[in-house]
Amino acid sequence: MDTFRAYELMLTIRYFEEAIERLFLEGRIMGTAHTCIGQEAVAVGVAAALEPRDAMTTTHRGHGHFLARGADAGRAMAELFGRETGYSHGRGGSQMMMDPSLGFYGANGITGGSIPFASGVALDAQIRGTGRVTACFFGDGASNQGVFHESLNIAALWKLPVLYIVENNGYAMSTSTARGLANPHITDRAAAYGIPGVTVDGNDFFAVRDAVATLADSARKGNGPALLECVTYRLSGHSRGDPRVYRTREEEASARLNDPILRMEIALKKNPATNDEVLAAHRQSAQERIDSAVRFAEDSPLPDPASLAGTLFA
Amino acid sequence: MRTITFTQILRETLAAELRRDPSVFLMGEDIGVYGGAFGVTRGLIHEFGPARVRDTPISEQALTGIAIGAAVAGQRPVIEFMFMDFITLAVDQLVNMAAKLHPIYGLSCPLVFRAPPGGGRGYGATHSQSLERLFAGIPGIKIAAPSTATDASGLLQTAIRDNNPILFLEHKLLYPQRFETEDTLPQPIPFGKAKTVREGTDVTIVAWSYMSHLSRQAATHLAEEGIEAEIIDLLTLNPLDIGTLAESAKRTGRVMIVEEGPKTGGFAAEIAAQLFECASDYLEKPIRRLASPDFPIPSAKNLEAACIPTVPGIVALARELVEG
Repeated sequence: MDTFRAYELMLTIRYFEEAIERLFLEGRIMGTAHTCIGQEAVAVGVAAALEPRDAMTTTHRGHGHFLARGADAGRAMAELFGRETGYSHGRGGSQMMMDPSLGFYGANGITGGSIPFASGVALDAQIRGTGRVTACFFGDGASNQGVFHESLNIAALWKLPVLYIVENNGYAMSTSTARGLANPHITDRAAAYGIPGVTVDGNDFFAVRDAVATLADSARKGNGPALLECVTYRLSGHSRGDPRVYRTREEEASARLNDPILRMEIALKKNPATNDEVLAAHRQSAQERIDSAVRFAEDSPLPDPASLAGTLFA
Repeated sequence: MRTITFTQILRETLAAELRRDPSVFLMGEDIGVYGGAFGVTRGLIHEFGPARVRDTPISEQALTGIAIGAAVAGQRPVIEFMFMDFITLAVDQLVNMAAKLHPIYGLSCPLVFRAPPGGGRGYGATHSQSLERLFAGIPGIKIAAPSTATDASGLLQTAIRDNNPILFLEHKLLYPQRFETEDTLPQPIPFGKAKTVREGTDVTIVAWSYMSHLSRQAATHLAEEGIEAEIIDLLTLNPLDIGTLAESAKRTGRVMIVEEGPKTGGFAAEIAAQLFECASDYLEKPIRRLASPDFPIPSAKNLEAACIPTVPGIVALARELVEG
């Protein structure tokens, strides 16, 4: 993935998430959403290292992963608006979107619920010899679910081609990692299954991309799964309307200095040809994409309740 | 014609499906060399190998989720839960993933979960339950419950070829029972079609799984008393063939439902509600249910026998409906 494309994808995600926060406040979308502001380098870094044949699963906080993988911002926004043109025709909402044509198997809203699912997609890849690697996103909180343990054990035993990517953003909803993890070093858990455990700076696009590329190559060669911890920070609240009483504004301000988009711009500007005008052009392009997505969503029709009939079973 | 056990025909059917479709594979605890806790998969690993008759660690939730992911990606897994009681460990994946895939995402999930429910062997309260009720009300999961060898094979074939998540009940006490069948495996039997096992005019007895097996025996005893019972075997709980049950109710005017699980909140209550909605004008007596008491199934032989419906119990309730 070209670095400017990566930058623009990160901006697209940021503006998408910011738009959603605004739209909720304005009462123009309903339900709930869990935005990933501040975590864009993980989503795009992973996507940059994967191949088109690969697969991805995510969590409730999945818009960034979906957009990074190539989702259409309009259809994703339309799903949040509850419209017929949304990825799930309005049935799923924020937490329930999948697109197998992108190898994207979304989430289901249960924390950790997709961890075994991703392992199963990897099993299929192994059975069919497709060389497909499955990137399985989840958070520090989800790494405490029992099914995390079960899935990693089986994947290690069977050498499944799956990368377990834990986005350690410091909080499981309101519970800080200090209060949630008896052992704060999540990658220590990898040793329990005899698989590699790697930690990277999740706000460094290049570090994430390079780590995933190495681990994916190894998985593709049949060496089995790995656990990759991407250390980042969730600048948004857990979900919309979260007043964030569990952390200080000072902590957030400090985290903003480490904003992955800011760091990407610093890296891009190392090339003197990349000046503020160039960056501004990308920002504008990303913003236009989001504005257009919102317009598309608002102009889309509501789904017809009668359309539910007959679709329960395949 | 031949005589074959429930276990044997299931094994033959699994083998035939494994041969027919390379995307079918089995997963479960101790199903490989051990052959499964009830011997259903015995020997299959020698023909199909450990990748297609796959032992797993004791991890029901992950096993289920992995099967779901593999199914959506293109395989057709058939999962064995050693005892139906253990399905509780997999409820999240069944309810929140498997059951939601088609209605929400439009994706098919061709997946069969085989599980042995039921008591009668003194295995105790956590190895004897009939938990189909947990899933009967979850939209998106089909449930099949054969009570004869022919039906077991026919329904299992349909289940494996169906593109939805299906719970397939194989009652433990049915496993060693011998049945007369054709020499070759039957054709697939469609879901959603209840079977009128015996025609009768006096009372309709609705049941599934082992209770269906007992109801057939009860019908013989009732006939000796001059009571002609119509025995209906559901075959599938979801889809439920309420039409056949309603037709029978209209003919006999007296309906009883026999369920092995505890009475409160069982599937019999759902059947009764549906029948009352569509056939109440024809009922001469209230719909009755025979079920286990609202209590865990105890282990001691006499305690267990006192809890699970029996042939005499079915006969007594039918007699009460007809004569009382």
